[in-house]
Amino acid sequence: MNCTETNYSTQSYLSCFLCIYIGKTDPFPGPAPVPVDRVQKFKRKDKIEKPHFKQYKLNDLIVHSEEASELAQKQAARFDLLLPEDAGFLEGDEGEDTCTVSQQDIAEAVDITSATKYFNLKLPQFGPYRVDYSKNGRHLLLGGRRGHVACIDWQSKQLMCEINVMESVNDVKWLHSEAMYAVAQKKWLYIYDSNGIELHCIRKFNDVLRMQFLPYHFLLATASATGFLQYLDVSVGKEVTAICTKTGRLDVMCQNPHNAIIHLGHPNGTVTLWSPNQKEALVKMLCHQGGVRSVAVDKTGTYMVTSGMDKKMKVYDVRSFRPLKSYFLPAGASCLSLSQRGLLSAATADIVQVYRDVWSTPVTKPYMAHRAQGAVWGLHFCPFEDVLGVGHGQGFSSMLIPGAGEPNFDGLDANPFRSTKQRQEWEVKALLEKVQPELISLDPTELGYVDRATLEQRHQDRVQALGFDPLAKEKFVPKFKKKGRSTAGAVERRKKKVAHEDQRDVIRKTVEEKVKMEQAKKAMEKKTAARADQKSALDRFKK
Amino acid sequence: EGAAPAWTPLLHSAPPRGFLSARDGPRYRHRHRDPELSPCSPASCCQLAAVTTLLLPKSRQAAEAEIKHTTEPAPPPRAPALVQMKVKVLSRNPDDYVRETKLDIQRVPRNYDPSLHPFEVSREYTRALNATKLERVFAKPFLASLDGHRDGVNCMAKHCKSLSTLLSAACDGEVKVWDLTKHECVRTLQAHEGFVRGMVVRFCGTSFFTVGDDKTIKQWKMQAPAYGEEEEPLNTILGKTVFTGLDHHQKEAVFATCGQQVDIWDEQRSSPIRSFTWGVDSFSSVRFNPVETELLASCASDRSVVLYDMRESTPLRKVIMKMRSNTVCWNPMEAYYFTSANEDYNLYTYDMRYLTSPVTVHMDHVSAVLDVDYSPTGTEFVSASFDKTIRIFPKSAGHSREVYHTKRMQHVICIKWSADNRYILSGSDEMNIRLWKANAAEKLGVLSPREKQATHYSQKLKEKFQHHPQIRRIARHRHLPKNIYHQTKELKIMKEARRRK
Repeated sequence: MNCTETNYSTQSYLSCFLCIYIGKTDPFPGPAPVPVDRVQKFKRKDKIEKPHFKQYKLNDLIVHSEEASELAQKQAARFDLLLPEDAGFLEGDEGEDTCTVSQQDIAEAVDITSATKYFNLKLPQFGPYRVDYSKNGRHLLLGGRRGHVACIDWQSKQLMCEINVMESVNDVKWLHSEAMYAVAQKKWLYIYDSNGIELHCIRKFNDVLRMQFLPYHFLLATASATGFLQYLDVSVGKEVTAICTKTGRLDVMCQNPHNAIIHLGHPNGTVTLWSPNQKEALVKMLCHQGGVRSVAVDKTGTYMVTSGMDKKMKVYDVRSFRPLKSYFLPAGASCLSLSQRGLLSAATADIVQVYRDVWSTPVTKPYMAHRAQGAVWGLHFCPFEDVLGVGHGQGFSSMLIPGAGEPNFDGLDANPFRSTKQRQEWEVKALLEKVQPELISLDPTELGYVDRATLEQRHQDRVQALGFDPLAKEKFVPKFKKKGRSTAGAVERRKKKVAHEDQRDVIRKTVEEKVKMEQAKKAMEKKTAARADQKSALDRFKK
Repeated sequence: EGAAPAWTPLLHSAPPRGFLSARDGPRYRHRHRDPELSPCSPASCCQLAAVTTLLLPKSRQAAEAEIKHTTEPAPPPRAPALVQMKVKVLSRNPDDYVRETKLDIQRVPRNYDPSLHPFEVSREYTRALNATKLERVFAKPFLASLDGHRDGVNCMAKHCKSLSTLLSAACDGEVKVWDLTKHECVRTLQAHEGFVRGMVVRFCGTSFFTVGDDKTIKQWKMQAPAYGEEEEPLNTILGKTVFTGLDHHQKEAVFATCGQQVDIWDEQRSSPIRSFTWGVDSFSSVRFNPVETELLASCASDRSVVLYDMRESTPLRKVIMKMRSNTVCWNPMEAYYFTSANEDYNLYTYDMRYLTSPVTVHMDHVSAVLDVDYSPTGTEFVSASFDKTIRIFPKSAGHSREVYHTKRMQHVICIKWSADNRYILSGSDEMNIRLWKANAAEKLGVLSPREKQATHYSQKLKEKFQHHPQIRRIARHRHLPKNIYHQTKELKIMKEARRRK
């Protein structure tokens, strides 16, 4: 046994050696190639231009950082191949519309666990309902107009708490985790925990109509009936800013998840953009001829979809504030919601329609449609699931929308399967890296650029304070060398050399011109003379 | 198979999924039309495996389904929708995302898609800010004080072979050998009468040399004398003049002393094999180049630093400065760089090949710099000053990155950077030797891989955002004793004034 083993090993060694000796080469040398478009997905910004003059240290720095970022992009692109899940889809046969497929059909066709995600809650007493899903899509919060508030672990269908606040409820919103949520009630803003215990009643926030939570800033932005846009820092419980928008009742609101800017829609057809750092609107856009009914911004912060009283639905590019598409809906859309993969749901009265690719191609037919039992009041796509939550007058229904959710979540960011310990750890980390409200701006990568404006401003201030520019290059003054060159004679001679230089130039030019003219004249004369010498055939007829 | 009748009733009523066990698993899943024909033996189980998967509750792989209502004759409850469609809905199997047992670590699936991670820059900036703040919180550089000397510590020597051994010599001629891990003195000997001016450990680590004010060079065994033996030097050389400095060759049995002149000694001989002089002045320190081992540098009291080649009979080159240098130290990685500690509060790094001007002037001390030592990596050096502080400079930076001081530490006379690049040792006037961390916020002890990764990550972040004003302000902030703080300001004003004139 022992003998054979050794034999085997020597053999393999020999074969290896032979391979090398013969020169058998690796058919796939080097690392596997990564497709360019995959790498493109992870590209943050263009390559840095190298400085023109020789700055060796800076050049080195740039080269190294470029290499590192390229490597990171490639590795991320490689890792992308290993992602376990694929997105959902719904395809009809040729010539068939997917919008005719009913929810029942889908629920029957898919697996059991997915089928359970299509359900209706009949809550006719306290409706209509506002809806909110937590950031990881695990928990559902329902807020009935007539005071009914419930939170549910909707996948396992476990009720976490159910209360009636005995007051009208305007809006409900999860805070950073499923442990707390905010409820905008008739007068004040309340915060409850997941057992339904009232934690805070915030008297600084009154008549709140709509709310948005900025998860990375721990800010709860509220829009009130009195026209105030207020920001509450939920990590310390302090009001960050209160902005009087001076535009009346604010009941249309959404956030741009890419840069944490709040979009407000107004009855005069404008949409305004707000940050907590400025008392004025950053941008005012006139979007509709009637009032704005609903606004939604996509995940990448590129597109904004608005619907108005003029029964139109419009798509804007919010980076350049340009209209891209305009659609006419016969009844107008009261609620809009965008999914992670860019599906748009629009509700008109009791009908929910879902559209695909509203910004790239002109859409004529909806992707899916569904009739709810009552007029729709709240729409929300569930993150990381192919589910659309619809709150309406008769309760709540959860619809299956294949292809809506992002298939692969990031476990360190929003993990639907996280344990209590993981949640606690995430909470601590998230609080530690809470982004300060001062950093909210239209371009979230602004912090990564060199602040040239401030530098220039500071330099100007310095110049003013000093009375002169300390960095200015001094004008070259030639040294007055005395090596016999400054004697009176030498100076005179030098002066003569350059005296009347301009006049001399003129003279030189005129002389040159004259010479040229003369030469031309001579040439002409020569030509005519030559011509005169030649005798043509017709000369014989001359008299 | 005796079990055959037992499982027959199970056939038509499948129990809930949680009931399954490995043994009876396959049995009830098979839906046989006539159970009598197929007693469930293990072999038949295998044949029917394909059927099994179809009848299982559908998981991910079964999520795609096709409906053909057109061909199906079965009576649907509603009017048959004449639709043919392909549908797939996201349905994750929790087994892929949740750990199996409590002993496993939690699964964390990642997706690096940038659109799932908004506010990258601002979040990284926040992390960098936190890391910088934490660094300042954890910056506790002072480790221990070794006391025992009865006079100011005048010189120290690192052991070449043992990290934990340190030798120190005081102004009263006493030499102590320390065990750094235990923070205790293991041996004391009276080496000289008067000051011990220089001390060096031989490259083999078995013996060390001392020079003193009593005009002698003594060689001592590193090992302590056995019980009953007397403490006696191996060798004693009686010189003509006072020696002020000493250094040993890296590889050969040759050492150099300085005093009235620079002498090169063979260990076997009692007279120098070579003597160098340049002018009539005395020398204060001499150092061998650790890379180009035949080269030496010395500081003379005529404000010059002189370079020698041991193989030649005359000195090589000389650079004269405005004020006197106290010590020089060679960069152990780049053989042509050396740094001199000057009386004019600055340190000067020179390139040996271009002595016309220093490569870098290191400013920050507010009094004469007394000693300097390079880190073994050659990227940084530490300097000791008469202003009672220790400063750490990056080799190419004009200002220090770190300043160490305590209330009790007086004029720091000698300084050493430990050979493992983690500690700094300082000997000062008030008879103490102090042990410092080279990196003030470093956590000592064994780091777990995650800790290591976290420190690397935060280090990189700090580097990336170092120029942001908030972060720079926090990273640069150091507390200074009042007099040093004011003196720094004063010096700055003086420098400005000089520049304006």
